[in-house]
Amino acid sequence: MSASTFGSGIRRREDPRLITGSATYTDDINLHGTLHAAMLRSPYAHARIAGIDTSQASQAPGVVAVYTAADTEGELAPAPCAWLLPNSELKIADFHCLAKETVRYVGDIVAVVVAESQYQACDALDLIEVDYEPLDTVVEPKQAAATNAPQLHAGIEGNQAFHWTVTGGGDIGEAFEKADVVVSETIVQQRLIPNAMEPRAALASYKPATGELTLWSTTQNPHIVRFLCSLVTNVPEDRLRVIAPEVGGGFGSKIAVYPADFITVFCSKRLGVPVKWVESRTENYQATTHGRDHIQEIELAATADGKITGIRATVWAGMGAYLSTAAPGIPTILHGLMLSGVYDIPAIHEDVYGIYTNTTPVEAYRGAGRPEATFMLERLVDLLAAKIGADPAEIRRRNFIPKFDDGHDVVTGLTYDSGDYAGALGKLLDEAGYAQLRADQAAARENGRYIGLGLSTYVEICGLGPSQVAGAIGFQGGLWESAILRFHPSGKVHVMIGASPHGQGEETTFAQIVAGELGVSPDDVKVIHGDTDNTPMGWGTYGSRTTAVGGAALALAARKIREKAKIIAAHLLEAAVEDMDYEDGKFFVKGSPDSSKTIQDIALMANVAWNMPEGVEAGLEATSFYDPPNFVFPYGAHLAVVEIDPETGHVELKRYVAVDDCGPQINPVIVEGQVHGGIVQGIGQALWEEAVYDEGGQLLTGSMLDYAIPRADRLPDIEVHSTVTPSPHHPLGVKGIGEAGTIASTAAVYNAVIDALQPLGVEGVRMPLTPERVWRSIQDVQERN
Amino acid sequence: MKIPISVQINGRQYDREVEPRLLLVHFIRDTLRLTGTKVGCDTSQCGSCTVLLDGVSAKSCTCLAVQADGASITTIEGLAGTDGLHQIQESFWNKHGLQCGFCTPGMIMASQELLRCNSDPSDEEIRHGLEGNLCRCTGYQNIVRAVRDAAGSMEGGSQ
Repeated sequence: MSASTFGSGIRRREDPRLITGSATYTDDINLHGTLHAAMLRSPYAHARIAGIDTSQASQAPGVVAVYTAADTEGELAPAPCAWLLPNSELKIADFHCLAKETVRYVGDIVAVVVAESQYQACDALDLIEVDYEPLDTVVEPKQAAATNAPQLHAGIEGNQAFHWTVTGGGDIGEAFEKADVVVSETIVQQRLIPNAMEPRAALASYKPATGELTLWSTTQNPHIVRFLCSLVTNVPEDRLRVIAPEVGGGFGSKIAVYPADFITVFCSKRLGVPVKWVESRTENYQATTHGRDHIQEIELAATADGKITGIRATVWAGMGAYLSTAAPGIPTILHGLMLSGVYDIPAIHEDVYGIYTNTTPVEAYRGAGRPEATFMLERLVDLLAAKIGADPAEIRRRNFIPKFDDGHDVVTGLTYDSGDYAGALGKLLDEAGYAQLRADQAAARENGRYIGLGLSTYVEICGLGPSQVAGAIGFQGGLWESAILRFHPSGKVHVMIGASPHGQGEETTFAQIVAGELGVSPDDVKVIHGDTDNTPMGWGTYGSRTTAVGGAALALAARKIREKAKIIAAHLLEAAVEDMDYEDGKFFVKGSPDSSKTIQDIALMANVAWNMPEGVEAGLEATSFYDPPNFVFPYGAHLAVVEIDPETGHVELKRYVAVDDCGPQINPVIVEGQVHGGIVQGIGQALWEEAVYDEGGQLLTGSMLDYAIPRADRLPDIEVHSTVTPSPHHPLGVKGIGEAGTIASTAAVYNAVIDALQPLGVEGVRMPLTPERVWRSIQDVQERN
Repeated sequence: MKIPISVQINGRQYDREVEPRLLLVHFIRDTLRLTGTKVGCDTSQCGSCTVLLDGVSAKSCTCLAVQADGASITTIEGLAGTDGLHQIQESFWNKHGLQCGFCTPGMIMASQELLRCNSDPSDEEIRHGLEGNLCRCTGYQNIVRAVRDAAGSMEGGSQ
């Protein structure tokens, strides 16, 4: 096998265990003597706790213990927020693992029951008497920022968690004063529920004799869990082992380290036995983090011929009742810094207000800040096109950043790595047959049919990121990755890597990287991840960074191995190192490829060490730490085609065409799968999904019965294409593809629907674009006229 | 109070005493430790718990263990028998029909039912047939490809 494995769509090595039901997720682990925890969660969105009586519950069959906040005093610190956004007047309210005195959202934990079975633990929850004194609630961020709104946290005026600003380029006021054309809109980026198919779970096993604790966790980032869990529970980091076994999707909802996780650790520590907690889907909806929840007031200034001269925005970002682990960075760094998008924009200004509300905390959700930025821009650009009567494709071309291959600065302060945005759009229009589609659309309108075309051109910030930048933006960790690559005597390879994929397929991708660098078969490479005792440090899988950053660390480790192997090969072939050549797993003296040593020969010699060059250590192993010099910036262009039935408001998604550029594709089949899944999640936001609270803070979409997750029968086949533009600063040139689809597709579908409704005079509809909303918007226009 | 039940699962007989309220999925997962069958929701929407109950697909979270008394059940662990992978499993692997894998056992069992009822389904029929199973990773497209591939490969063969 050879370097050609890199770039091949080989089958995933993860799959045999997954398709046979033999994979082990956290809830599948059964330790002898495990007790089961169940959390009592507040049914009120805001209330004072006047008293808790656990006496009856404590006597219930099978119950071993019931704990409230009073029991954890001094033993559980508040759940930390780990993104301390600078220059933002950040005010972090204590997120107590078990609520003290006050509950602030439906789902806040009030007590925990530990029992011999899960059924018994749940039974006992009903026997806990809590005396709640309800308080006024507020669930919408702009209302929560108003002066007369109920206050969630003492000393945090206006419920304002932070106020962050990005200003770049020329004078924004002047841009708008001198503009020939101004378009504006208010967008509600509705709150979404991530819905990883595996509910969250924790299994903690404390050994009193040694003070060691193992925590199996449904996490995207086991090393971060270890770090934060040690701080909160006082189990020293060296005694704490966190294992992310098989993890069933995350989409951002398994980044945070949650109160329930810490409580489970506390229970195991207190009782000296394993304790397992598994959330129900109802709990998942109430208490596992949500995403989005922005109200965006946006405007764009342009010249008469459609050249953008400025973007100005004010965003109210609902943060929920507390700040989740990484929450402050999502609507700010990952959103505001991306406001130039794929366009050359000379002046940008945005104010972002992070606001506490009586709702579930928000976190990263696939795309995390970038879908919200892309949507703003793509709406504004379409509004501009409509205003000046230009085709949306043409208005984009007029404003694209010209093709660049080694860095381009935008006014928000970022330096994009490489891009050819017009190239991606051109390919999209060709593949989709755009001109014909426009002709078909015009003909359909003549026949009273409402067909719409929607474009979305995007760039995303991925491969997070340089650790120096992480420090500067208040992220309380590094953002490098590390890998250990070890050859065994038989030439087989172990990779121990800090990154922790959870469904994306990087066990396969990583093996392909090693195969490409060292000429071994990917079948000879075992990839070990997700266990803090057996892997080097890693900062987690999010921000499309695992292949981009972890993969780079692995490639560099492989290159170190190659250098050492070359020295050993030179010694064995009695040649000078500088005379050695390498190709496809073989080392040979330049010009004499017939006399060679394979990497396997060298692995054997290095391991037995019978005949090593002087001064060279035994073993064939390398560790690499890769701290990226910059982010990577994947991009692309998407098109949606919809048809609307004006009688019912039903939106039919007829076609979806995507062109994405994530650089060289290590495994194009896996890339395509990521694109499919990402696009469908974005379509879900455009058409169906929304977390709805009533005024009292009750989550009305509290189950899969009420929250509309995309289903198989509602979707067309997605047409996937790509261009390949390597990142100039990355060892493999790769950029990341996990979030691209979601970042692009919501705007594409939305723009298509508005395009379809244009003859009916509808200019905007609040997402999701349900039949009722679309139908009402048509009726509203007709009533006005 | 516990009630005796006798259930055949993947060809093996299990005689156990269970609480009347015990869900079949918990009986399979927690009592018998066959953890390939998953629990993804509490409202029968996601289909992760799909098994074959007397040859017909059923959501095992919506059935009590006592209701399965006397039944013959196939779970994902028993689909292929001992001779390797079932064709549907093979096709899910070949067509990249899964990512995180959590919905996959249920999705494969539902596909088995789909192909039992219709050995040559159109894409539309596949999409309609799987609407009771949720997947958040794949966008379903490769699942549809996998089921179509399985149908083609199983044509004329026994199911």
